[in-house]
Amino acid sequence: MKTIYLDNNATTAVAPEVLAAMLPYLGELYGNPSSMHSFGGQVGEAVDTARERMAALLGAHPDEIIFTSCGSESDNTAIWSALQTQPEKRHLITTRVEHPAVLNVVQYWERQGYHVTLLGVDGKGRLDLDEYAAALSDDTALASIMFANNEVGDIYPIQRMAEMARERGVLFHTDAVQAVGKTPIDLRHLPVDMLSLSGHKIHAPKGIGVLYVRKGVRFRPFLRGGHQERGRRAGTENVPYIVGLGMAAQLASDHMQEERVNVARLRDRLENGLLERIPDCMVNGDVENRLPNTSNIAFKNVEGEAILLMLDRLGICASSGSACTSGSLEPSHVLRAMGLPFNYAHGSVRLSLSRYTTEEDVEYVIENFPGVIETLRAISPFKN
Amino acid sequence: MWNYSDAVHDHFLHPHNAGPLADANAVGEVGSLACGDALKLYLKINGEGVIENAGFETFGCASAIASSSVLTDMIKGMKVDDALKLTNKDIANALGGLPKQKMHCSVMGQEALEAAIRQWKGEPPVPHAHEEGKLVCKCFGVTDAQIIRAVRENNLKTVEEVTNYTKAGGACGDCLDEIAEILAAELKQKPLTELKPRPRMTNVQRMQQVLKTIDEEIRPQLAADGGDIELVDVDGKRVTVSLRGRCSQCRSSEVTIRNLVERLLREHVEPDIVVEEA
Repeated sequence: MKTIYLDNNATTAVAPEVLAAMLPYLGELYGNPSSMHSFGGQVGEAVDTARERMAALLGAHPDEIIFTSCGSESDNTAIWSALQTQPEKRHLITTRVEHPAVLNVVQYWERQGYHVTLLGVDGKGRLDLDEYAAALSDDTALASIMFANNEVGDIYPIQRMAEMARERGVLFHTDAVQAVGKTPIDLRHLPVDMLSLSGHKIHAPKGIGVLYVRKGVRFRPFLRGGHQERGRRAGTENVPYIVGLGMAAQLASDHMQEERVNVARLRDRLENGLLERIPDCMVNGDVENRLPNTSNIAFKNVEGEAILLMLDRLGICASSGSACTSGSLEPSHVLRAMGLPFNYAHGSVRLSLSRYTTEEDVEYVIENFPGVIETLRAISPFKN
Repeated sequence: MWNYSDAVHDHFLHPHNAGPLADANAVGEVGSLACGDALKLYLKINGEGVIENAGFETFGCASAIASSSVLTDMIKGMKVDDALKLTNKDIANALGGLPKQKMHCSVMGQEALEAAIRQWKGEPPVPHAHEEGKLVCKCFGVTDAQIIRAVRENNLKTVEEVTNYTKAGGACGDCLDEIAEILAAELKQKPLTELKPRPRMTNVQRMQQVLKTIDEEIRPQLAADGGDIELVDVDGKRVTVSLRGRCSQCRSSEVTIRNLVERLLREHVEPDIVVEEA
């Protein structure tokens, strides 16, 4: 059975070009970039090239790129550094719809005595900039706002929010794990101080990430030890993965414009196809302002895990904000923050596409998905 | 991904007896949309008290649907009094087991069966409704009686297991302490505080220990933020302090008192110390 992979916000396929670029560094080119011999030195050049490619994708300077082990490490480091460099400031701002890699870290610091503002969202997941403006204060060590939401795909007004933070003299970090490669980011014009991204969301492997730190922003390392990454992140460079991420960044730079159009067209075809064929469902999030690859649809009176398992039998990979899929007994914190009614929240399904999604994939899902909902609704005690 | 047995997969994908029963003379309903799972069980019980036919409608995950399906298979042809003896464990066993976080699905089946039979007998839907009105988990509407039954029938030992079987405490977590008390009483265990009585401290010992903790544990942490602390008084277990330096103007001084000063004093001196700001 063919696998139709529509869970690209969870992780993506490693691009063949990325794998090919990595392989020599898992084989004969095993040197340490810090070594004083040319065998290690040539590996150091590959790391430099990867850093330049990543910087080019973001409109950054290569010196502003720190390679980390994952998006979560980047997020932890950004928050840690902001608190360590400004010990007199005791306040943090983030959102209720943040990824746990930021939300749980901020809540950890709250238990350590920090004062925290969690910004709420409206029914479409939109932030209230007046609430944000009121929260910014002289005591604020960091505002950390995600660039785009992993569950519903909403893109937040980072340009404006970063400008507001800067005007107020507050450091600004954005978790751009879901946004990089899917929507243009140019840090020459976007005044964020720090930005996190993850390799495996942009067709590089798992286990590699980046923290961008703008020149002039004070920094304290999270992982201490050796001098790697100019003393900002200790640990011998993960060379093959850094090279792979560099290639993934190059591919994103080269193809993002056309991919955005193509992926959005397929996403819209898929979404409209499902909405036309399935009664009592709705799209979650801000459809005017979201990632081109994400569709989050809530199906009334059916439960998400049951939907996913039936889709799985059809070879379709998706994910759900339902309680049962997480083992937490409560539906997704994002959908709850948006105030989605329970009869919809438990039946929400996220479909996330990539450059490798095809027309045939989309037609197959449109063809087969409605039967799943029909079967489950037939045995549901809740009728419309 | 959950590791479901083949039987769960089979019953989920090809449920038996799905759909309402037109000639049902007993219906049991448990769960709700808000809870994320719900089961409506239909029974046709004949004059001899034998369940002739059964049907169900379920909103929920694969294990909820599979539990409903296998339950209807199990009870068809059974006398109601025998059916009442079925436990959630019997349902889970018939499915070749359920992941522990999903055991509440089997409990839902057992509760719906009991509710349906009670309706047929003309009894109120919940047994002993008058004497067990105590709601423990407000998020999922779970009573102490339901918790005790799950503990007894499944030999539960921990609060986490109680949550897996009844969902109680699985959302906001406010009732976790209450569940621990119910569990302790049921297991005839003494609360931890009684098991390990700390030697009683004299006032002098307490005062010395408070001073030592402030000097060695608390002051260095406050100093890191440019603050300081002064001990004003120790009156029994009531400790009065005053925050100095940067801490004195800090708007989160209340947080500092609770999360740092009180927490450390409770850890190092006595668990029931109360800290006040002068």
